Amino acid sequence: MRAPEGEKLLWVALDNGIYIPHLCGLREAERPAASCRLCFVEVEGLPNPVTACTLPVSEGMLVHTRTPRVDRLVRTGFELLLSNHRLRCGKCEKNKNCELQKIARERGLKLRLSRLRPLISEVPVDESPKTFKYDPGRCVLCGRCVWVDHHQAKVGAIGFIRRGISRKIAAFGDVPLAESRCTECGECVKVCPVGALAFKEK
Amino acid sequence: MDLQDGEAEVIRAEVDGVLQRHGLERENLIPILQDVQSRLGYLPKEAMQQISEALKIPEVDVYSVGTFYNQFRLNPPGKHQIKVCMGTACHMMGGHIILESFERRLEIKEGETTPDREFSLERVACVGCCALAPVVVVDEKVEAKVSPIRVDGILLAFEIESKKSGEIEKPVEEEGRMQ
Repeated sequence: MRAPEGEKLLWVALDNGIYIPHLCGLREAERPAASCRLCFVEVEGLPNPVTACTLPVSEGMLVHTRTPRVDRLVRTGFELLLSNHRLRCGKCEKNKNCELQKIARERGLKLRLSRLRPLISEVPVDESPKTFKYDPGRCVLCGRCVWVDHHQAKVGAIGFIRRGISRKIAAFGDVPLAESRCTECGECVKVCPVGALAFKEK
Repeated sequence: MDLQDGEAEVIRAEVDGVLQRHGLERENLIPILQDVQSRLGYLPKEAMQQISEALKIPEVDVYSVGTFYNQFRLNPPGKHQIKVCMGTACHMMGGHIILESFERRLEIKEGETTPDREFSLERVACVGCCALAPVVVVDEKVEAKVSPIRVDGILLAFEIESKKSGEIEKPVEEEGRMQ
């Protein structure tokens, strides 16, 4: 397999038709957030599984994308994300077009909790923007929207606020997006891997 | 939280002063916020906006840091500061019930300040006197084995006190009017 020098393993694998689950990664981002903890792989010569989005490829690298250790990490990471995600796919705008569903399909994981209890934030949906809405109960906190908002749209309207279980994406002062400096350009909605940011149906 | 008369000017001047003492790089954000808080007692929105303009970063990034760390408060400290202990022992003895009682009586949430700035309500980790659980620290005074009824009592005491001091002030006012 050939790849440009310094390219991250995740993108090389995806370009060559090898699927590695990923949520937070953005190809354009120089420094990956590596926060979703789903793109683990095992590389021969390294003692522990590593995140593929942060690892640059090198000559002669031998990578295993499915090992018992990797599968275990991904399974647990995935269930942790689900425990904080409102699972009503039938009512979701992103149904059949959702990264979580794709990961579940590719890795044979269930879209159901088995070991963990659901812990979904009861924060109301922000319906204030004209063209889209933000549902914190569906947000996986991947941070793609924040990166795009800061680096591509260059608006700087949204960011992470608070910490732990109350962490969420919000505008300055936690005001509804329509009252913030959000320009409603919709760039953040396009990169949302789940149904948290979704265009309103016309 | 609405600003009081003249507060906006004080905030502007203090933040200006703090910004002059620090380099205007992003990595100085936390020291700047700490300095601003030590001068103003909290981080008003206006201060965070001023800092974001000076450092040329989005205002939401300042807000993000301000809400992440426990050491930063976004509401002004009240005249009376109520700290409800949420350590293990107090939690077991119903500390959350006490916190809820205060929230209901003062009509504010944890971490907030009443609009008249009389009371601010906080949760704290262990105060260090677990035998007295559940514990509330009001200003510097430790209240032991607090019950919801005692919550009413604590607030009633302040009410009576402020009425008394109001009565002392009143005659002076009337005198002023008579002249």
